[in-house]
Amino acid sequence: METKEEIWELRLYVAGKTAKSVTALANLKRYCEEHLKGKYIIEVIDLLVQPQLAEGDQILAIPTLVKKVPEPIRKIIGDLSNEEKVLVGLNIRPAKK
Amino acid sequence: MTGIVGLDEITGGGLPKGRPTLICGGTGCGKTLFSIEFIVHGAMLYGEPGVFMSFEEKAEELVLNVASLGYNLNQLQHDKLIRLDHVRIERSEIEETGEYDLDGLFIRLGHAIDSIGAKRVVLDTIENLFSGLLDQGILRAELRRLFEWLKAKKVTTIITGEKGDGTLTRQGLEEYISDCVILLDHRVANQISTRLLRIVKYRGSVHGTNEYPFLIDQSGISVLPVTSLTLTHNVTSERISSGIPSLDKMLEGKGFFRGSSILVSGTAGTGKTSIAASFAHEACNQKERCIYFAFEESPQQIIRNMRSIGFDMQQHIDNGLLRFHASRPTLNGLEMHLVSIHKLIEEFDPQLVILDPITNLITVGTVSEVKSMLIRLIDFLQSMQITVMFTALSLNTIVSEQTDEGVSSLVDAWLLVRDIESNGERNRGMYVMKSRGMKHSNQVREFVITDEGLHLVDVFLSPDGVLTGSAREAQQLQEATGKALRDYAVNRKDREIERKRLVLESKIASLKEEFESVQDELNKAYVEEELRKDVLEKNREQLIKSRHNEQ
Repeated sequence: METKEEIWELRLYVAGKTAKSVTALANLKRYCEEHLKGKYIIEVIDLLVQPQLAEGDQILAIPTLVKKVPEPIRKIIGDLSNEEKVLVGLNIRPAKK
Repeated sequence: MTGIVGLDEITGGGLPKGRPTLICGGTGCGKTLFSIEFIVHGAMLYGEPGVFMSFEEKAEELVLNVASLGYNLNQLQHDKLIRLDHVRIERSEIEETGEYDLDGLFIRLGHAIDSIGAKRVVLDTIENLFSGLLDQGILRAELRRLFEWLKAKKVTTIITGEKGDGTLTRQGLEEYISDCVILLDHRVANQISTRLLRIVKYRGSVHGTNEYPFLIDQSGISVLPVTSLTLTHNVTSERISSGIPSLDKMLEGKGFFRGSSILVSGTAGTGKTSIAASFAHEACNQKERCIYFAFEESPQQIIRNMRSIGFDMQQHIDNGLLRFHASRPTLNGLEMHLVSIHKLIEEFDPQLVILDPITNLITVGTVSEVKSMLIRLIDFLQSMQITVMFTALSLNTIVSEQTDEGVSSLVDAWLLVRDIESNGERNRGMYVMKSRGMKHSNQVREFVITDEGLHLVDVFLSPDGVLTGSAREAQQLQEATGKALRDYAVNRKDREIERKRLVLESKIASLKEEFESVQDELNKAYVEEELRKDVLEKNREQLIKSRHNEQ
């Protein structure tokens, strides 16, 4: 299975250490540990530090999780509190299941 | 200041500085162009850099779209005067889970503003966010926060919004932005579209509340503050010639007042255009500038036709004194005509404007619309001391007292040219219906178009009425004949008297001679009597003497 070889490149855009950002990061880490152990890279970008990066990924909302690889690019906004939706969004669990 | 022609006048100084303004309107009414102009003028004229955040068009598309207006956005971007930012929202890529806010947008916008020190921001069209994001509650709260944040940043912002059903914008954005709301409209009436702008609300400013037409052309948007005009313009008593000496004579011998409005009305083919062209020709001869708005004929046509009556209009065009602007009335709405007339006049700065004919404008508007347009045009021209001549076609001679546009009460001078039909021919009669501020002639003159130009000829008043054309000429001939006859008669009488005098004189001479001969006769008798008496006396003395001697 090729998909198993893939690495999930995830970028989480946050703006400072807000409650939502912290929640989102915690949630994300938990899901990844559960479903993608060892196959993921999480990059946290703080827009307060690097505002010029917002344009590149068309970030509007905070927090936003961007899945660059594997294709297709998906964005998940919010604090990632709904596990089901996040997993579907990340293509980890097929939607039909 | 927006830098948009006319808008600053309506709003009394432009948009509220440091506060957000909502521009709403239907599709294709010019919202994006409006906001682009705001940004570009800000950067180029007022030294205020601006950020254009587009939620609709890509930056490259925007650059292309406004390139036709002569704006080089790339150059401006390079000079760090403008920053274009395209925010793309792809519904299919976005999944929402739980709480979020729009800090990303804030940061992005904040970064863009800070990077060029922007004073102006445009968000075009922010409502697209609503289609991209589902949670309306969050969105509304965030937008409210965004506007507060923009206010706090002291940037002047334009937010555009699509017009919704019954509300100004589809998502009710006007609830958030309460400082200034401008509504753009694109209305089609009688198949003619007119763009209109209305300031719905502007806190803390005296603004015009009417709908103002605006125009999008090669040089961008221009708004016309047409109803802000008052009746306070200066007047001059300077006179200008009409180009027809005999017409000037009817107007106290001096012609029209400068800055007055003149209406020439008449039925078809009475020479209205010729009068107008003659006026223009004369003005150009006096080295004045003139614009001729033709709504019926093409410039070449007019030039050709006028050459036939001795006016060479081409030389004035070549000298840059005369400009023709020919367009069909149906080209655009009335207001557009007004705007384009304004623009041309401000560009060319003429002393004389001719509109030929205004009657054709009726095809694109109602009588009252045409009238109100003409009122505004006349006001505008008079405030600039420009003389204007309208020609109007009256549809039949019976209602010639009233032009169809009802402008007769507006104008300062009104010439009426009418057909006088008699003896199997039509002739042109002209009279001055009114001419404010001068003792104009009340005479009907016959209006003759010749190879050398236009002339007015005194008409003949006869027991049958006014005589014109060949009837007048016949009358003239008849009068000439009559004079000859009279002269002849007088001569004859003179000769008769002379003859009679001679006869009488000769009679007197013969009588005198007769008298002399009678006198001679009488004298002769008398002398004889004397002699006889003497002789008798002598004889008697002789006798007495002799008798005495004898004794």
